[in-house]
Order: sequence, then C-alpha cells, then structure tokens
Amino acid sequence: MATAAIGDYAFEPKDTLDKFHGNQLLYIGWEDHLMFCAPLAFPFPPAMPFKAILEQVLPGAYGAHPEFAKVDWSKAEWFKSGKPWRPDYEKSIGENGLKHKDVIRFRSPGLTGIKGTCS
Amino acid sequence: MDMEASKKKLGLKERYNHLTRGLDWETSYQPMEKVYPYTRYEGIKIHDWDKWEDPFRLTMDAYWKYQGEKEKKLYAIIDAFAQNNGHLGVSDARYINTLKLFIQGVSPLEYMAHRGFAHVGRQFDGASARVACQMQSVDELRHAQTQMHTVSNYNKYYNGMHNWRHWHDRVWYLSVPKSFFDDAMSAGPFEYVVAISFAFEYVLTNLLFVPFMSGAAYNGDMGTVTFGFSAQSDESRHMTLGLEIIKFILEQDPANVPIVQRWMDKWFWRGYKVLTLVSMMMDYMLPKKVMSWKEAWEIYGEQNGGALFNDLARYGIRKPKGWEQATIEKDHLSHQAWATFYNYGAAALFHTWTPTEQDKDWLSEKYPASFDKLYRPRFEHWEEQAKQGKRFYNTTLPMLCTTCQIPMLFTEPTDPTKICYRESDYKEEKYHFCSDHCKEIFDHEPEKYVQSWLPVHQIYQGNCFNPGVDPTAPDFDPLRAVLDFYKMNFGRDNFDFEGSEDQKNFAQWHGEGA
Repeated sequence: MATAAIGDYAFEPKDTLDKFHGNQLLYIGWEDHLMFCAPLAFPFPPAMPFKAILEQVLPGAYGAHPEFAKVDWSKAEWFKSGKPWRPDYEKSIGENGLKHKDVIRFRSPGLTGIKGTCS
Repeated sequence: MDMEASKKKLGLKERYNHLTRGLDWETSYQPMEKVYPYTRYEGIKIHDWDKWEDPFRLTMDAYWKYQGEKEKKLYAIIDAFAQNNGHLGVSDARYINTLKLFIQGVSPLEYMAHRGFAHVGRQFDGASARVACQMQSVDELRHAQTQMHTVSNYNKYYNGMHNWRHWHDRVWYLSVPKSFFDDAMSAGPFEYVVAISFAFEYVLTNLLFVPFMSGAAYNGDMGTVTFGFSAQSDESRHMTLGLEIIKFILEQDPANVPIVQRWMDKWFWRGYKVLTLVSMMMDYMLPKKVMSWKEAWEIYGEQNGGALFNDLARYGIRKPKGWEQATIEKDHLSHQAWATFYNYGAAALFHTWTPTEQDKDWLSEKYPASFDKLYRPRFEHWEEQAKQGKRFYNTTLPMLCTTCQIPMLFTEPTDPTKICYRESDYKEEKYHFCSDHCKEIFDHEPEKYVQSWLPVHQIYQGNCFNPGVDPTAPDFDPLRAVLDFYKMNFGRDNFDFEGSEDQKNFAQWHGEGA
C-alpha cells in the first residue's frame, strides 16, 4: 500500500547495487551454529569464485567455532531464500545466479553445535 | 450601585476551560484545514474536538509550579550524590553499563519525544489536545535534561558515556531506538500519538522505565532512582493521556477503528523490538536482579496488557498481532540479545561479559525451559575460551532486519534453534526481515522502509568513515575506521568487562587494589 502522505511519496531505495562500489551484498548463515548470533553480511564482487568464499572468507568469519574445521564442503547442504539450492563451487558468485542482497545458508550434516545445542 | 460582584476565584474546571479552549478561535482569513493541514490525510475522522477531555485539567501556571518543586528536590539530591561520591555506592561496576545503555539509547528518545509532541501540539485542531501535547513536550525535554545531568556524574569517572548524542545517530545498535522514533516522527500526528502516547507510554512503559528505575534502586544508584521518581508523576500523566487519546479517536467515528488497530499492531511490535535491549539489561546486566524479563512480560504484558485489551474490546479493538509471539519468545529474548552483544562486544560502547556462576543459577531457575538446554552451554563455551585468552568476538558484520534494524538474531517462534528469515521483493529489490510482523510493517508501507539507514549497509557503502580516510590505502582497517567515525575511545569504551578500565578503577577506589 502507499504511504499516507500530504503529497507524492516515493523515494530511491537506500541500498541499490550501484552504491556498493562494484560489490553486491550476500548474506550467509550457518545452520545449527547460533554461537554466531545472526547470519553475516558480505560485500563481494560478482566475479569472485564461489570457492573463494569457502576457502578465504568463511574460515576468517566462522573459524572461531570448534566445529568449523570439520565442515566437509562436498557434503554441505545449501539453501537460497530457504529453499534447497546447489552452488557450483568452481563458478563465480554471479554465474551461480546470486543477486544483490540474496541470502544463502548452509547446513553441515552431523555437526550440531556446542554440546549438540545448535550453538 | 447594584452591580453584581464577580466571584473572586474560578473553579478548577472553569479555569481550565478558560486557559485552554477559551484561548482558541476559529480563523476567518484562512480555512481551518489550511491552518491545521496534517489532521486529515491519515484517514482519521474527528467530528467534535470538544469531546477531548484532559483528565488532569492541568494549566500551564500549575504545571510550572509542580515541576519547579520537583526540580528543586531532584537537584538537591544530585548535588549530594556528587559530593558524596555516590557512584561508589552501586553494587558493582558492571551495573554502570546499564546507565550507558540508558543514556545512549533511551535519553535521546526523550528528546525526540519532546520534538514530536511539540509538533503535534501545534498540529491538532482541538485546543485541549494541543495544550496536553505541549505540556508533554516540556516534560520530555525535562526528562532528557535531568537524565543527562544525573548520568553526567558517572561520566566523570567511567567510560562509554561521553558522546552519546553523536552515537545515537551513527552506532549500529542505536539505530534500533533511533529508527523507532524516526518512524513515529515521520508519520502523521494521529499515528504519532497512537505510537508514542498509547503503544509506548501506555502499553510498554512499565517494561522500559520501571525496570531501569527498579534496577537502579536494587543496585544502590540513588541518583538514577531520584530522576525516576521525579519523572514518575509525569509518566502517569502521559499514560492517562495515551488512553484518553485512544478512546477519543475510537469514539469519534467507526471508520477510525481499523486504522487504529493497524497502528496498534505496528507500534506494539516496533516498541516490543526496542525492548529487546531492556530484556538483556534485566537478565544479564544488573548485578542484583529485580525480576526476570519473562516475569516482567507476564505481569506487565500478559496480565496488565491483557486487561487493557479486554477493556478496549467494546470498541472493536483486539490485542496487537505480535502479542502471542512476544509471549512465546519470553523464554529466549534476553539470552539471544545478550549473546549478540557478546558477539559484537568490540563494536559496542559498553562492556559485555559472561554470566557469573550465581547469575547462571539464577537464569536456570528463572528460565527452566530454555537456559540450561540452549544458552548455558553457549556461555560456558565462551567462558572457557576467555580463560584460555581467546575471548570470542564476531568480526563480520551481521545481516539486519530492514524494519526494526536489529541483527537477524531472533529464532522461529516454533523452533528456537532456527533463525527466523523472512523476505519481500519490492520494485526489483530484495528486503529481509526478522519476523512476520516486521515483514508485514514493510509490506504495508514499502516506500517508507526502502529508506532505512541500515548501519551495516551504510558501512559497506563507505558512508561511515571519517572525512579524509582512504579506504584504498594498503593498511586500511575498515572496522577500526568505523569505530573512529563513531568517536569511540578504542580499548576503553568497548571489549569485555573483565580487564576494563571501569573494572580496575572501581576496584581501586574501593581499596581493593588493581
């Protein structure tokens, strides 16, 4: 619905792709590991290979978790906007069809967080 | 001469009428709707402004007299507090972090409320409504000011209070209370009063103001207790005004009911989300606890709020939509919130810590359904890590909810181990939300929330660095640059309470050595 206003009410969105200096935002969540309180937000160039996320980015972001080293990426289950999804690790972020402000999450089967509490 | 002698004194009601409605007039050069241009576009229909009754019938001269007396008492106590080093009387230096949260997050809202009521105090067509709003505007200014003066005595000795006004417009977690009030201020006058006078002052104030003030009393902070007392009679007046406003609007026209109901749904949820900060204050930040968040919600939400909405049922009003979810979440809210600040303690302007053994036992007792099962292992893991010198800090910025601007930390109402993700597509852009209710608020007015100033996105757009900073320099540290932009005293305002300057000084001033 339109916002009730005394005149025309239309504004430019604050977070369009053109404002991120060549990057697009990608949100990533790790299921069953709520020691990281919320999904993370990253600015990535669309040409970046997907595997660079796994090899270069996530170790820095999630490495403090005792289970992170046990993640087997060949068995990871991925979701995009909550629906099952399969990325091609060899292709780029853009080639994987990821758009600005997409949200993906992964589940690492067998890993259920600190003392199995999803922490 | 047989002239009738006039009565020397007017009765209270007459006097009130002369000093409010009696000062009003109908304009002749301009139509009234041009003089009061904002009271029609929201769809609210008012047929008779004279039906507005101010239950207090307070006039300006009486108002100044009352407030003047209260000021005298308050400042006498604040002076005594300062002269006697009252800050050393608090239970523990951890307590002072609740004051940091208060001055950073709550006092600026008092000031915004002052501005908001000054605005609606000009815009309403009815003179009595304008007068009541103008007095509330002065109250809110007074509250902001007395809070600044009280907390300034702590600012002399402790970190994290020196630049709260600057922080309020910039710092990530303060965008939560800020955006709440900006949302209300940029709405029309009727939505503003429903949001602030009713949803916030009437329904939720007992969950905001009272926990801070009773927390102060339990923890030996007489300065804060005194400004609480000084504000309390004003708060009761604001609450009564909130209820009066709602009844007035609902009684004026049946077409107002669905509009007011939607505002209640929206503003209950927005206010409740701001209270996330209060929940963790009660359960984790007070060294001496008053009651748990869960107990507070049960008393002030479920019982008192429940009675209120039963009372409003005769107007066709039901409980706000998010009510049931707030009830489900009461076992989880504070734990998830404190864990978030523990994650991002390097970027917060107050200290964080893991709960002590005694705290943990209290939490187990108060939260038998959730603490031991889900949250104790998390805090104990962090405690263990900190003992090994590896205090955990999350170094990547979180995804935020577009509406409430809180990191996406809330779990599914049906499953506390799954983050709740919701999204909407609007004009080829994607927007994310922490809950069904935040999504619904967005979906109703997307043009408003596409403008959200989300701190994480602003940082990634490069809008949160000081002028002259070169993000392409080889040694550029973006997170540090953001904290410089915040004007944080790095290493003093942030990080864990353990090892902080506040902790050391407090111990030293108590003769416990460094």
